[in-house]
Amino acid sequence: MTYPEKLHDLLDMFELFDPADRTSMLLSYSDQFREVPPEVAVRPFDRSHQVPHCESDAYVWAIRQPDGTLDLHFAVENPSGVSARALAVILQKTLSGVQAADIAAVDASIVERLFRQNISMGKGLGLMSMVQAVQSLARSAVAQDTPA
Amino acid sequence: MATPIAERGYAHPDVLVSTDWVQEHLHDPKVRLIESDEDTLLYASGHLPGACNVDWTADLNDQVRRDYISRAAFEGLMSRLGVTNDTSVVFYGDKNNWWATYAFWVFQLFGHSNARVMDGGRLKWEKEGRPMTREVPSYARTQYKASDRNDLPHRAYQNDVLSHIRTQGQLVDVRSPEEYAGTRLHMPDYPNEGALRGGHIPGAKSVPWARAVNPDDGTFKPASELKKLYCEDQRLSPSQETIAYCRIGERSSHTWFALKYLLGFENVRNYDGSWTEWGNSVGVPIEK
Repeated sequence: MTYPEKLHDLLDMFELFDPADRTSMLLSYSDQFREVPPEVAVRPFDRSHQVPHCESDAYVWAIRQPDGTLDLHFAVENPSGVSARALAVILQKTLSGVQAADIAAVDASIVERLFRQNISMGKGLGLMSMVQAVQSLARSAVAQDTPA
Repeated sequence: MATPIAERGYAHPDVLVSTDWVQEHLHDPKVRLIESDEDTLLYASGHLPGACNVDWTADLNDQVRRDYISRAAFEGLMSRLGVTNDTSVVFYGDKNNWWATYAFWVFQLFGHSNARVMDGGRLKWEKEGRPMTREVPSYARTQYKASDRNDLPHRAYQNDVLSHIRTQGQLVDVRSPEEYAGTRLHMPDYPNEGALRGGHIPGAKSVPWARAVNPDDGTFKPASELKKLYCEDQRLSPSQETIAYCRIGERSSHTWFALKYLLGFENVRNYDGSWTEWGNSVGVPIEK
């Protein structure tokens, strides 16, 4: 599968990591997390933006830009949601500014490639659900841009 | 605010310590804090100062067959953690102490009874804004001597459960109501780990594990509420032999802890084979 360039490069980089490097890198991304800005959403967040099946209580917003790209924003309400914050930063850094159609083609298999040994039983589905939520928003944006 | 542990009417209140108690003992050389999580990133992202990590898969499980580590491996683990036979180990972790109680239970197989659980676990500590660090402590190795692993008082095997149901012994199914009913084969929001059949062990009472904790802060409910839950609503008798099970024995170790130490059940064991064994076994009885 062909992914947007930044995501493709990041996935390639993660392939080179040993388990300790992978953990450090994921924590580094988690530390960079910045919550959705107030001009996009404020608490209480609209439930329609909540990621289903995510124990970290994550929310996602995709703001359409005039050029057809999306800007992604996230909130993670669970203070223990380290992995959700890491994935949010990765998705935001690699997919914001990308055409909605290209984002819609990103599937949940990237979660396994990024997290490997750090996928625990409970969070794997939640993380995949975050990707699927982004995918779903991107598909909606594509549908809105497509003439009937 | 939760009622102080000493005032909750527990049978053995000394096995549970508060976040206040732990903060007061952060630098106590006779206490070793052990974090045990399902989420493998959590410890590395920050933990209680001085706490060691015990990974339930890598540290407590045999890496080849489905079983727990040997006595020699347990001695190696304890020595690496700088624990002596006199050290008081205090477990805490994510998910309302699922894995903390699981690690606590495995430690009991080797007779390390000087063990406690931090009430409310990691999330309560975090929410209270208490100190966290990423510094991984290093302790001088010890020469820990363990007893031979003695599963008998704490662990039930499938044959034990089969005998148990023939005598209509007490069983507690701590999984979700949907798993108990057989309408789903795995926990909500968890992957299907391959049980071929759904339902529950005949005669088992359904008491989902999380009912033992206060949902707002993850602390254990007082004994009066636990008695109502297990003894009154489900008519479980503390004096009768009891077996708890779930999917792989992790949620049921939480219930095992509550029944044995908080309510004083005299003979309670954890069937760690649980539904991943029972639901795949040929010919065992199942109720729906």
